[in-house]
Order: sequence, then C-alpha cells, then structure tokens
Amino acid sequence: MIEQLPAILVLTPVFGAMLVGLFGTKDPRACFPIVIVTLTLTLITAFLSAHQVFTNGTIDYFMGGWEEPLGIGIHLRIDGINALVLCAIAVVVWLVTFFSVRRFGAEDTEKTPQFYILYQLLCVGLFGITIAGDTFNLFVLVEISSLTSYGLIAMGSSRRGTFAAFNYVLMGTVGASFYLLGVGYLFLKTGSLNMQDIHTILATNSAVAESKAVTIAFLFILVGIWIKMAFFPLYGWLPNAYSYCPSTTACTLAPLMTKVSVYVMIRVMLGVFGYEWVFQHEGWSDLVVWLAVIAILSGSVLALAQREIKRMLCYLIVAEVGYMVGGAWIADPDHWGFTGAIYHILADAMMTLCLFLAAGIFAKRLGAVQISDLEGLFKKMPLTSIGFVVGALAMIGVPPTCGFFSKFYLIRGGIEGGHWEYVIALLISSLVNAVLFFRIFEIAYFGNKPAEGHDHGHHEETEQGGAQQGSVSGQNPLGTGLLSREAPATALFPLLAAAAIILLLGIFNGPIVALIRGALEGLPAL
Amino acid sequence: MFAKVFATIAVVITGSLLLYGITDFPAFGDPDSPANAGVEGGAPSAPLYYINESYNDTKVPNLVTSVLADYRSYDTMFETVVIFAAGMAIFAILGAVGTDKDARPVHPQMNTSVNGDHSRIIVGTTVRIVVPVVQLFALYVVAHGHHSPGGGFQGGVILGSSFILIALAGNLSTALERFSERSYMLLASIGILIYGGFGVLCMALDRNFLDYGVLQKVFLTDGPEMARSHAMLGVEVGVACTVTAIMFAIYANLASRGTLKDGL
Amino acid sequence: MDFIRETIQPHFNFWIYVILMMIGLWAVIAKNNLIKKLIGLSIFQTAIILLYVSLGVKDGATIPILDHHAEEVEMAEHAEEAEHGVELVPGHEIGPANGGRHALADTIANPLPHVLMLTAIVVGVATLGVALSISQMVFKEFGTLEENEILEQLKAGNTDD
Repeated sequence: MIEQLPAILVLTPVFGAMLVGLFGTKDPRACFPIVIVTLTLTLITAFLSAHQVFTNGTIDYFMGGWEEPLGIGIHLRIDGINALVLCAIAVVVWLVTFFSVRRFGAEDTEKTPQFYILYQLLCVGLFGITIAGDTFNLFVLVEISSLTSYGLIAMGSSRRGTFAAFNYVLMGTVGASFYLLGVGYLFLKTGSLNMQDIHTILATNSAVAESKAVTIAFLFILVGIWIKMAFFPLYGWLPNAYSYCPSTTACTLAPLMTKVSVYVMIRVMLGVFGYEWVFQHEGWSDLVVWLAVIAILSGSVLALAQREIKRMLCYLIVAEVGYMVGGAWIADPDHWGFTGAIYHILADAMMTLCLFLAAGIFAKRLGAVQISDLEGLFKKMPLTSIGFVVGALAMIGVPPTCGFFSKFYLIRGGIEGGHWEYVIALLISSLVNAVLFFRIFEIAYFGNKPAEGHDHGHHEETEQGGAQQGSVSGQNPLGTGLLSREAPATALFPLLAAAAIILLLGIFNGPIVALIRGALEGLPAL
Repeated sequence: MFAKVFATIAVVITGSLLLYGITDFPAFGDPDSPANAGVEGGAPSAPLYYINESYNDTKVPNLVTSVLADYRSYDTMFETVVIFAAGMAIFAILGAVGTDKDARPVHPQMNTSVNGDHSRIIVGTTVRIVVPVVQLFALYVVAHGHHSPGGGFQGGVILGSSFILIALAGNLSTALERFSERSYMLLASIGILIYGGFGVLCMALDRNFLDYGVLQKVFLTDGPEMARSHAMLGVEVGVACTVTAIMFAIYANLASRGTLKDGL
Repeated sequence: MDFIRETIQPHFNFWIYVILMMIGLWAVIAKNNLIKKLIGLSIFQTAIILLYVSLGVKDGATIPILDHHAEEVEMAEHAEEAEHGVELVPGHEIGPANGGRHALADTIANPLPHVLMLTAIVVGVATLGVALSISQMVFKEFGTLEENEILEQLKAGNTDD
C-alpha cells in the first residue's frame, strides 16, 4: 500500500471527478460529499507520503512497472522538496472546497457538477506536476491544470472576465508550447525524457552539456515556466485573469498555480540541468536577480496604486513570485536562497489563500470590491477581520508569521550571495506592503459609515457575473447593515484555518527548514 | 501598428535564438542521432529498446500503439483526461442557464441547415448510407490498432465525426435524439473509468498502476505478454468511448452556443 | 550557395519549423481579430509537432510497425531449411531478412516522437476547443471579435462596469 502512494495521490481525484460526472449530473447535492471525501483522502495520502519520504528517503515509482532501463516507462518521484509542496497543495484545495459550498446557495445549480469536475481535475494536474519525474509527462499535466483553469476562470465570468480569460488562454498556451519546445531540444540532444537520466548525461557528457542546443533548451523551458508563473515582464495576464473571475476560482488558482510553476522551475534547475550547469555563467544569475528585483518593485508599487482589493492582491502575487525567483537564482554558497524560495512556496500559498478567502468573503458578504468599501469592517465582521489581519501581517513580514521567516531566509541568502539589490528590494517591498495594509486597516477600523445603503452604485459581485452591472438602486441586498453579520461557517473555517497554518508555519519554521535543507543536501551535485 | 512592430521584434529575436540552437543539431535523418540511438553517459536509449524488445514484451507489432498504451500509458490516460476536461470546460463555459435570448427559434422540420427541400434528399440519403460504414470503419480502426495505424483516439474521432455528420446533414436535434446529452456525459465518464479501472485492477493485484502483465491471472493467458496485449485493447476501447463522446459534445456545444437547441 | 548546402540542407526540416513557428507567433501577437490569433496559435503548435516528428526520421526507414507476416514466412522458410540441415541464423528476429539488432533499428523510424506528438495534437485540439468557446462568449458580451474594438469598449465602460 505504501509503495502505491504516488499513484493513489494522483488517481483519487480522477476517480472523484468521474464519480461527480456520473452521479453529480443527476443530483447536484451529491457533488460536495463526493468531493470532500476524495480530497480528504488525498490530504491523508499527501501527508503519509511526506512522512514516508522524511523517514525512509525518496520514493521512486515507475508506472506500468517498467523500471529498467531507465526511461522506457514514466517515472514518478517524491523527495523532500516536493513532499512539502504536495502537502501545501492538498491543504489548500481541501480548505477551498469548504469555501466553494456557498457558491451554490440558491443560485445556478446547473453547473455545479461541471465546476467540481474541473476543480478535481485541476487537483490532479497540480499533484501530477509536483511528482512528475519525466519531462514530457510534466507537459501533459501542466496542460491538464491549464485547461481546467481556463475553464474555471471563464466559467461565470463577468464581462471583462471573458476577454481576460481569452488572453490568459493565449499566454498560457504559448508558455506551455515554449516548454514543450525546450523539452524537444533536450530530447534531441540527450535522447532521453527522464529527468534523472538527463541530469546524469549533462553531468558526465561534456560535449552535450556545452552544446548550444542545450543552452537554448534551458532558455525556452525557463521562459515557458516564467510565462506560467507571471514573472516580470510576462505577468500581464495575471491581474486581469484573477481579479475578474469568480471568488472561489481565484481562491484556488491564486495560491497554487504560480507557486507550483515556481516549484517546476526549481525542479528543472536542480533536478534536470543541475546546479553546476545552471550557475556556470555568473552573468545569468545576475541578470535574473535583477529581473526579480524589477518584478518585486513593480509588483509592490502597482499594488499600491490599485483601488480594488482583488487587483491589489494580484499585483502582490507578482511581487511574491519575484521573491521566489530571485531567491532561487541567488547562488549563494550555503543555499539559503533555495531554502528561502522553497519555504516561501509554502508560506506564500497559505498567505495568498488567506487573503483571497478574505477578499471573497468581503465581496460576497459586503459587496465590497473597492478598498474604500471596507469601512467599519472590523466592527461588523470581527472573525473575518482576524483572518485578514493575520494574512496581511504575514505579507508585511511580521513575526511570528511565516512571512517574516521566509523574508529572513531570503535576505540571508541575498547577503551571503552578495546580491544587495535583492535585499534592498525585499526591504522596500515589505515597507510598501506595510503602507498598503495599514491603509486598509485604517479604513476598516476607523471608518464610521456602516455599510447600509451606499448611494454610489458599486459593482455587486455575484458568482455568476454576467449581465448584472452595478447595483441598480444602490441597495445591496447582501450588504445592508442588518445582514452584514459574520460570514458563514463554511467560509470562516477555511479562512481561520489558513490563518492558523500561517502562524504554525512560522512558529515551526525551524524543523521545516531543517527538512528542506536536508532534502537539498540529498540532491546530487548540490 | 504598435502591435505589429512589437510582434516583429519579438519574432526576430525568438527566431534567431532558435536558429542559433539549431547549429549543432544532428542532420535530418541521421540514424545515430541521440534521439534515435541514445548518447554516452545516459541510460540505454529508450527508442532502441522499444524497437527491439517491445514485440517480445507485448506481442503487438504496432510499436507506436505498444508505447502509447503500455510503456507510456500514464501519459495516454492523462491525454484522455485532457479531452474530458476540455469537454467539461466547454460545457461549463457555454452551457446556457435558463433560456438564451439569442437562440434562434427551433424549427420542427429537419431542413434548417440546407436551402430548400431538394438538396436535402441528396444529402440526407447519402448520409444515411455512409454513416453506418463510417461507424464500422471507426470500430475497425479501434480494434485493429495493434496491427496497423489506428487505436483509440483515431477510432474515437471517426466515430464522433459520424454523429457530427448527422448533425450537419440534418438538424442538431436529430443528432441529439440519437446521442443525447445525458448519454454522452455518461459515455465520457465511463471511458475514463474503464481506463483507470484497468490500472486499478493491476494495483489490486499488488503491482504498480497500469502494470498489465499481472493481469494474466484475470485473462487466463499463457504469459504476461498476451495479457498486456489484451489490456491494451481494453484501454484503447476506453479511450475511444471518451473521445467519441467529447468530440460530439464539443461540436454540439460550440455550434449551438451552448443551448443545444439549434445547430448550424 | 555553400552556406545553403552546408548549413541549411542537412537541417532544412529545422529551418522550416522555425519559420512556421515564427509565422504563428507573429499572428498571435500582431493580428487584431481573435480568431486569427487562434489560427496563429494553431500554426505555432503545429510547428512544434513538426519538429518532434522530424526528429525521429531515419534515412531509408519505414513506419514503426513490425511486419508480422514477413516473420511468419521467414520462420516457415527457416523451418524448412532446418529440416534440410541448414543452420539457422542466430539471434534472428522479425524484420528484414538480414537479421541482427542494429539493422532492425535502422529500418524502422523512431516510435517515441510519434507517441509524444499524438498526445500533443490532442492537447492542442482541446485547447483550441476551449479557446473557441471563450471567443464565443466574448462575442456574446462585446458583439465584436476585433481586439481594438473590444479594448475601446472596455475603456469606455470603465466607469459603469
């Protein structure tokens, strides 16, 4: 049973999706129980796999039983790095499932089964990406997660959302195609699709390792992954796509898609090309760190300029991606950069989840889309506010939240690697985040006007989006003072759980970082 | 204007980078290139293994099918899942909620797509004769994938296109009468369940997912090779089911803009 | 002329794929109509498929399907010969009469790129389907498929969206 864990992890959501397809279409109320059971099973499997990896070492799994020679079958691999990422993904999707129940209160239940099918297939894609050990298999799974995310974003989007979804499709497909191109060049030069095999070839065969084709392959794979993670300057699609889509979708995609792409970049750098090969030219490292610096600064400054909550959070994601890419490319001698980047994947997933959940609750409960709509928030929704505040503090980098520790490790890596521009950018970004969030706290805490009867027609966000533009007579049926009580339990539970995990990740950062560093040491040629 | 300039610059840069990478590629058609014969320092070349050993492992002469459905069957399963996800996404995006006020009114007669009655006779009669042959050919392609070019995807597309042909010649409702929305959703899910089912059966018999060799106990064959061959056929059938259903579903949803009331 | 013979000719398949790909990429960025962008995307993906398939070509090789009948005929022939006391060629497998492993691999094209590209084609079709349905939605919302008109409508509708 234990040996089959990787397969179980990826297959459970597939079967869940098929079951929803069979039974959910008859009765939409059956969807949620099926999904919760499936995702609880994956949560357990993910944690079991992590436990297995950290006690017994890397798990290698060959699909179809084709082990020898290496490369004829498809290889799945769980080692220390992706075990933690798996747990993060499993936790996030599990929590968001609870949040998604509110979607279908009295509204359109016709599309409930489709939503849950796409949702579970997205989980399949994300898990599969994380444990893939074969370059082409990674492409197929990236396409699964991309296709399902296109569907989720376009489904029930507002007017602007449709055009944003179209641009997202174009950019996403171009990105995945660049990745495929790079894999093709690599295959042409090394004759193999297996990541471990390519790594060995590049380490031992210098003729191949120094060829121009391999360099171009690396470049295109990297650019493809950068498009997917919205790294500067290819981030244009992200703010539009994530701010105009329904809340639940944003809560799933924002914490996960970009972080998993960062993980893929780290895996390609360390597991396919190898540390020695990637950092053979110092110039590359410097160039990428400068790009990361620009990403961090532009993301933070643009976030400051936003009036809408979700859009502001999207630009913060761009900045966070800059942290992680910069951390991975620092090349400091003691590898604190990589440690920080991997820890930040976990931290940022939880922070983004927390903030987007809060934004979703604000939008649904208060009809609040603009920051100025959040007046008097803390009085009206104290529990939600606690969650939001924890997430905000983590973004700023206040101990004992995980945000502080990830910045700490990244700064340490930056100092040891001699990249002072990166350190300064991190500090400026923390300052900007502080300004941003304290401005919100001020409006939320000290604002006096209760939310009844706003007479400027603000955009009422409904999960369906579509034709309802603005609230008709200024009456927000959900957001009048009477109804603005606390958010429902199904929405509060994931928010507070995410906040709790943020604190736990911070408090227990010592053991987690030790695990990460152990895993990094275990990688060959690091 | 700006877009064209930017596009030209981007294309020139990307193109030159790609061409730069080409300079140390092996020549076209070289049988000793790394892709064809492997390279020093790595594991033995997988394609060479497939060419030399796959018949001994699976008793299937079509090397592409044996690689697709056995060695790399995990990829093929996800390919099927991709098609299924696309069908679901299209239905989720376009599926009409309530009435779509832009939908054209439904015509009770079967002649909305062709002008006048006369051409309907020719088209309708031809289609009536041709569709069964097409479907038979599709089933042949699925079943014969082991020995000639073919397999689940190809056969599934042909089978799906036979229903599209009915819809094009007559009315979308005609085709939907024969292959309703409920049926194709069911068929699509069943296809993937078949595929996954084979794999899970292997896991239940205490081997890795999709390790068909162990199914010799279930199929009662002489050795693992024939079991693999049979399991590959079963898996291809699953793929064909899903592809048929989704191909028609995509057409139906796109042509009617999600309403499934009237087609082209 | 030498440049063509030495640089382009041995790699002409790769030159073709680069040119196709760049045409596709140019269309995706520069064209105004959404459907034309999708066509460009399709060309772009097809060029990559062309690259992979041309990787597996070997001079003088045939499709990667082993000839079943040839094997049976040869086995029958060899069985006859064995009866007449002729030695069997050791290590013989199905395929051309020359036998031997290396020769077999030389006459059969590489099956792996074909398999990979079956998957890639399917993925491309799926993406195209989803993109077309999104463009239908865009048309329903904006009444046009030209990017500049859509952007104008978005800018104009900024206040009341």
